[in-house]
Amino acid sequence: MTSGRRFRISLRVREAISGYMFTLPFTLGFIFMFLHPFIQSIIFSLSKLELSSTGYSLTYTGLQNYYNALFVNAEYPRLLVETAGAMLYSVPLILVFSFFAALLLNQKFKGRTIARVIFFLPVILSADIIGRMESADYITLFLEEGILDVDEMTFVGREQLLALIMYLKFPEDLLTYIVMSSLRIAQVIRSSGVQILIFLAGLQSIPPSYYEVAKIEGATGWESFWMVTFPLLSPLIVTNIVYSIIDFFTAPSNQLVEFIRTSMFGSAGYGVSMAMSWIYFAVVAIFLLITAGLISRKVVYMDEG
Amino acid sequence: MGIVVSVLRGLVIASICFIILRPLLVKLVSSFMTERDLYDQTVKWIPRTFTLDNYRNMFKHMRYAEAFPRTVVFTLSMACLQTASCTLVGYGFARFRFPGSNLLFALVIFTLIVPPQIIILPLYLNFRFFTMFGLIPEPGIDLLGGYWPFILMAVSGTGFNNGLFIFIMRQFFKGMPRSLEEAAYIDGANPLQTFLRVMLPGAKPALVVVFLFATVWMYNDYFFTLMFMKQGNLLAHYLDVAAHNYAHSIGAVFTGQYISLLNNTGMILFILPLLILYVVMQRYFIESVERTGLIG
Repeated sequence: MTSGRRFRISLRVREAISGYMFTLPFTLGFIFMFLHPFIQSIIFSLSKLELSSTGYSLTYTGLQNYYNALFVNAEYPRLLVETAGAMLYSVPLILVFSFFAALLLNQKFKGRTIARVIFFLPVILSADIIGRMESADYITLFLEEGILDVDEMTFVGREQLLALIMYLKFPEDLLTYIVMSSLRIAQVIRSSGVQILIFLAGLQSIPPSYYEVAKIEGATGWESFWMVTFPLLSPLIVTNIVYSIIDFFTAPSNQLVEFIRTSMFGSAGYGVSMAMSWIYFAVVAIFLLITAGLISRKVVYMDEG
Repeated sequence: MGIVVSVLRGLVIASICFIILRPLLVKLVSSFMTERDLYDQTVKWIPRTFTLDNYRNMFKHMRYAEAFPRTVVFTLSMACLQTASCTLVGYGFARFRFPGSNLLFALVIFTLIVPPQIIILPLYLNFRFFTMFGLIPEPGIDLLGGYWPFILMAVSGTGFNNGLFIFIMRQFFKGMPRSLEEAAYIDGANPLQTFLRVMLPGAKPALVVVFLFATVWMYNDYFFTLMFMKQGNLLAHYLDVAAHNYAHSIGAVFTGQYISLLNNTGMILFILPLLILYVVMQRYFIESVERTGLIG
């Protein structure tokens, strides 16, 4: 008996050792490349930092940098509010679109492969440098405006569309939202690549037998969508919300990010730019916590694999 | 009914594809225009005077012949390192139970949520005065300007979005049957041998996804590389300044439109290798995404 138990324990210890060994690169990386600078970053944001050729010196200044960022800097508060507003605005649109696109791409039709290749293209086309250059590019900006004027409203006139929406008696806020969103559709489509991938992978992982059961029980396509597809994809909705928020907030075309970067080496100084990053991060963290908290209650999890 | 639905679906898909491809098409079309075509209101899509001068000039001022090979070597080696370390770590999370594994995995997700802007400056200073975390006497050595910062970040799974790669690998390995490994263990293989000989060959789909993501993000990176290389000498950095350098070299002042035309030509030159890579790999990529069940 005793030898049996010792064997079992040593097996467990061996398993743990293997686990630590395999994850060791990340553990070291986390401590030295992440946690250490992370803590330093808090200290920097509370100090005045001066660089010299042999190192740097810190003088503790308390919340002075935060005060400067919020009340002295002319641009930062405005950009912060605008960016947060734009994020609140875009994330739901991206979510709805990517869900819809994944449903489309999951169906069988001719040219599906090509459609998929194109839908995921923005992942490549909007990465760091390209996104950065396009956000200030003349031809691109001209193009976006061109889309608003011509393409959007060729089939249905803008006024007819408005009249229709009025007739349907939507609440006014929703109405403005719909009209405004139609103007941003191109941007939304182009920021949805990874989210579509995530939803599509989720759709593929739903066992076909679930739908068969639903069919036998007499569910229509509509019903099985709401009873099977939607609940099973709900964990991915949380994943995608989190991904979209983070993606939006670190995007190279994001003006606030660029502003923080330039003010780091500009007049504002290191400490203030660190304080700006932290305020921004705090705002985003609050968004993340609220949305994750609200939504994860309604999420349905398949049994843990 | 069926026909109506599929026609509608076709229309919707086609218009979405058009919206996605439109910036690329406009870039491509305008890259063949002369400066005069650009200002000509009657020239809409087709250039009146077809020219390759934009390409010639941008190719030269992006120092393509010299910067592209360098960028490829840098990108691919970093992508390999990142894929290797994230695969190891992901496997560790997927298959071994050890105290603190949940906490450690939560920290992986945490690195994804914290934006790089927060840690970039301290990281920059740590690399500038690198003391090997106290082992090398002050003021330490200057690691900036070379590839060391990127190598260190890549091997330790803390490069850009590496948390996502660890996550993808973990999900994939979790979905693989245990019986394979058990057979290897019975044959007397140790965990590392089992991983290398049995699990790794089976993980090809996930490896493709991670490697492609790593390549795309590394190739496009501007933020980290500009910070950590004293003088950015990768294609992305030259792309950013090429149009202005061109104007400077001939002592001219270009209009915003013309700069934009040149930049768009440069972007085509820049993105073309990635597009080719993507089209070549897309079959594996999309299949892989389906089979990895990316996130579950």
